[in-house]
Amino acid sequence: MATETKGQQVIREWLATSGRQPFRFQEEAWEQILKGQSGVVNAPTGCGKTFSVFLGSLIDFINRHPDNYKTRGKNGLQLLWITPLRALAKDIGRAMDEVITGLGMDWKVGIRNGDTSTADRARQKRQMPEVLIITPESLHLMLAQPGYPAVLSTLRLVAVDEWHELLGSKRGVMIELALSRITGQREKDLSENKPALQVWGISATIGNMEEAAEVLLSCMKTSGFMVRANISKKVKIDSVLPDEIEKYPWAGHLGIKLVDKVIPIIMKSTTTLIFINTRGMSEMWYQSLLTAAPELAGAIALHHGSVDRELREWVEENLHTGRLKAVVCTASLDLGVDFRPVETVIQVGSPKGVARFLQRAGRSGHQPDAVSQIYFLPTHSLELVEAAALKEAISEQFIESRQPMTLCFDVLIQFCCTLAISEGFIANELFDEIRSTFCFRDITEDEWREVLHYITEGGEALLQYDEYKKVEVIDGVYRITKRRVAMRHRLHIGTIVSDAMLKVKFMSGGFIGVIEEYFISRLEPGDVFTLAGRNLELVMIKDMTVVVKKSTAKKSIVPSWNGGRMPLSANLGKKLREKFNEAFIQARPKQSGPGKRTVQDPVDKGRDIELEVLRPLFDLQETLSHVPKANELLVEQIETRDGYHLFVYPFEGRLVHEAMAAILAYRISRITPITFSFAMNDYGFELLSDQPIPVDDTNVYELFSPENLLLDIQRSVNSTEMAKRKFRDVAVIGGLIFQGMPGEQKKARHLQSSASLLFKVFAEYDPDNLLLRQSYQEVFDQQMEEARLRDMLLRIQQSDIIITFPHRLTPFCFPIKVDSMREDLSSEKLADRVQRMQAQLARD
Amino acid sequence: MNALIEYSIDDQSLILSPQKAIYWQQQKTLIVADVHIGKTGHFRKAGIPVPARVYKADLHRLFSLILFFKAEKLLIVGDFTHSTSNLELDLFQRWRRDMSALNIELVKGNHDILHQRWYDDTGINCTGPRHQLGNFLFVHDVADCKEPVPEYIFGGHIHPGVRMRGMGKQSMVFPCFYFTDTYSILPAFGGFTGVSVIAPSQTDNVFAIVENDLMQLQ
Repeated sequence: MATETKGQQVIREWLATSGRQPFRFQEEAWEQILKGQSGVVNAPTGCGKTFSVFLGSLIDFINRHPDNYKTRGKNGLQLLWITPLRALAKDIGRAMDEVITGLGMDWKVGIRNGDTSTADRARQKRQMPEVLIITPESLHLMLAQPGYPAVLSTLRLVAVDEWHELLGSKRGVMIELALSRITGQREKDLSENKPALQVWGISATIGNMEEAAEVLLSCMKTSGFMVRANISKKVKIDSVLPDEIEKYPWAGHLGIKLVDKVIPIIMKSTTTLIFINTRGMSEMWYQSLLTAAPELAGAIALHHGSVDRELREWVEENLHTGRLKAVVCTASLDLGVDFRPVETVIQVGSPKGVARFLQRAGRSGHQPDAVSQIYFLPTHSLELVEAAALKEAISEQFIESRQPMTLCFDVLIQFCCTLAISEGFIANELFDEIRSTFCFRDITEDEWREVLHYITEGGEALLQYDEYKKVEVIDGVYRITKRRVAMRHRLHIGTIVSDAMLKVKFMSGGFIGVIEEYFISRLEPGDVFTLAGRNLELVMIKDMTVVVKKSTAKKSIVPSWNGGRMPLSANLGKKLREKFNEAFIQARPKQSGPGKRTVQDPVDKGRDIELEVLRPLFDLQETLSHVPKANELLVEQIETRDGYHLFVYPFEGRLVHEAMAAILAYRISRITPITFSFAMNDYGFELLSDQPIPVDDTNVYELFSPENLLLDIQRSVNSTEMAKRKFRDVAVIGGLIFQGMPGEQKKARHLQSSASLLFKVFAEYDPDNLLLRQSYQEVFDQQMEEARLRDMLLRIQQSDIIITFPHRLTPFCFPIKVDSMREDLSSEKLADRVQRMQAQLARD
Repeated sequence: MNALIEYSIDDQSLILSPQKAIYWQQQKTLIVADVHIGKTGHFRKAGIPVPARVYKADLHRLFSLILFFKAEKLLIVGDFTHSTSNLELDLFQRWRRDMSALNIELVKGNHDILHQRWYDDTGINCTGPRHQLGNFLFVHDVADCKEPVPEYIFGGHIHPGVRMRGMGKQSMVFPCFYFTDTYSILPAFGGFTGVSVIAPSQTDNVFAIVENDLMQLQ
């Protein structure tokens, strides 16, 4: 190692006072930072990754001011620390303050996010702290403030924490854009002693580390340096097994039947986190735990996105101090904060991916050498196979990649307006900047002109009768001058789109609460649903308000949230298929001969306990239909009172199945005019029709052919609702949906419209619209996961397709049947279809 | 299924058009509801770029209907304009001057909030909230007629749509004309309007607008 610099020496000595020594990867990061490099630190949470970059920044400062580093205050912004979660900010800030105090330095640490008070903001404006911890949204808000170039001119290092979480999301794109602006401004700065800028990402291990670095550092025009911690954490995975698998539900039971097995786990650990996939389910789990173990009252808590912020903070605070025995939570507690007292984690239901499962396991055993203990609790019996698959994937470090997003025009439009509010922008200059990002490196000049046309003219207009006004070009600079438009834009900065909420009111006028538009749009007048513990009958939806009356009906629908509907990852899907293969081999001996069945096979040591437990279920599946091997695709055709079902099990996750269902329906419909509805889960999908489905040995390989995939996708997507659903997010991010200013809802009522109405209007009157096109592209890339779809079809071509005709529903198809998320696809002429529906109506 | 459907009430002949209007033959009157003109303009003025073509298409459809039926009167059962005045309304006024012979009557709805002078300037005769013509009564929201009246009522306001279901959980929503024994509700005329699903009873008549055709459902 080269001779130690003053800064390194100071930091090493400070660490030694508390008996600590830097990790090798931390020292490596420091050296690279001192060299002026940019890069990515690849380290798991809880291993001192924060210190690798933060201390590097301090060392650099000490080296530059060796004589007065302690007394130098008011240095202006030095380090910008971007973190995806507000909750992380306080913790990181506290840790940084500790170091600064310990070193006796005069640096200040500030936090800027949605929770920062206006007083603090004003203080930061007067004197920027040396370190600012910020969310991607607040960073963009900063760029919406006049004078941001001066504030950022002293900046030396931008750290992007949890980059693996941000990559592949539009929040990641926000970071790319902000970085491109910051570097662009730095290049424009002509002052002689302008500081050099460095960017460092901090990321847990993902499948595509190199690409992660490329995306982050794209605008720096460097591939950067990768610092790898090579610290792997020991994870112990156990399944919570039902006593009698025969009696455990096949579908839709949230796992609550196993609540009695959870209580002892909670009792024996200091603190337990119970991860549940959806908010609705977590509410029910919380209640069930309290019912099962009333003595836990006061010692368990609930933490999810809809819980009041104050309460959430209280929960986090008490997690730190170890006063809580257990917390039922959702993805809201997925990320970074260290809760040292957590010893055990329970995952209820499928984690959908290896990385997420690992991340959650890592919430326990935070001490450096501690083992992370995680329990897997299945919500239906087949899910147990996932536990076996996860164990294997983790032991092989078979972790998912995060695909970066490209050409997100909605985010770009928002960003252009953000810059237009503060300092304005010059078109050519900004074009060069955005083209330096990974996301927009392939943007064409035509597309850029379209974006500019869109924000200045609002698309095609009615000439003299048009009053469109958003961005104006004044002396070559694009600006927003209208105060109201600017104010509204600031409120809309961000890319996390929560479901549109509608107010629920009694006919007589009393306010009851809010409910998701997604849920209510599926109900009809007369339907009864539950909200805030009351049964309500839907009367009508008008002016973004749901009008209801009291209902005495006993049966009601509980609102379901669309959140947590992550698809099964490709990695986990692959492992699952392998495990089903093993299960198949295990189920086999039963058929060895009539009457001569061996009483009990000796349990093979290498076999998974989960597969062993599931044996009766596999036996039943094998009797009724078939258990697919790794090189087989199972297709089941079943006729029930509902109609004719076709079930297919590719194990490729909900989204690919949704797409495949649409394509298969389209391809079948070319054989004969037929209408389907679809249902799917992570294991397979279902086509349901009122006529027999013509799929058999003669045409099945052709139906699953990768040929003409692109064309068939386009044809089948056009007639589905997928793009409409994507459009909602795109429309909100792109500024098409006006959510009203706080306390001004009434005034803005004439500007409210639903995303589905906008979609209808654009599709009919402006089908070439940039944002509409993007919705279709997103459906194609993410919803359809085109690449994964193609891989699947290629795999299927190489495998045996087994078609069975069970006389009743099988253990495999049951969970899909229960799933109610359905799509329609029809090849019939709309009118014919309606006429047939009508005939059906009459028959009923 | 037909492009136009004739529907009779009290010996009066009503022509239902999939262009979301009713032509009343005896009175030579075209009846529409919830046109919401100026809505796209308000959105655009606020920086929300809804396609301006929606409004152009609405106006075009309205003129074509009037010319096609040779209507002498246009009767609007409320929500003719969307909100306060804007330039899109000026475009309507220009068109209005070219068709000065046409008699326009408006039963005001909750969105019709313009100054009386605008209606005077535009040659729109605002009737009372209950406007009688022949044996029919025209109102904006039929729910406002709580007590029974002798006349058959026509109204708008709710933007009716009907949901149709098939086997295998198929379902679709279409805008519709809705006739009960005592009243009828017209579909919203404006292209930038949503629908709210109605729950018709067995004895009601419902005509769904499916693309450019009309279908009687019951």
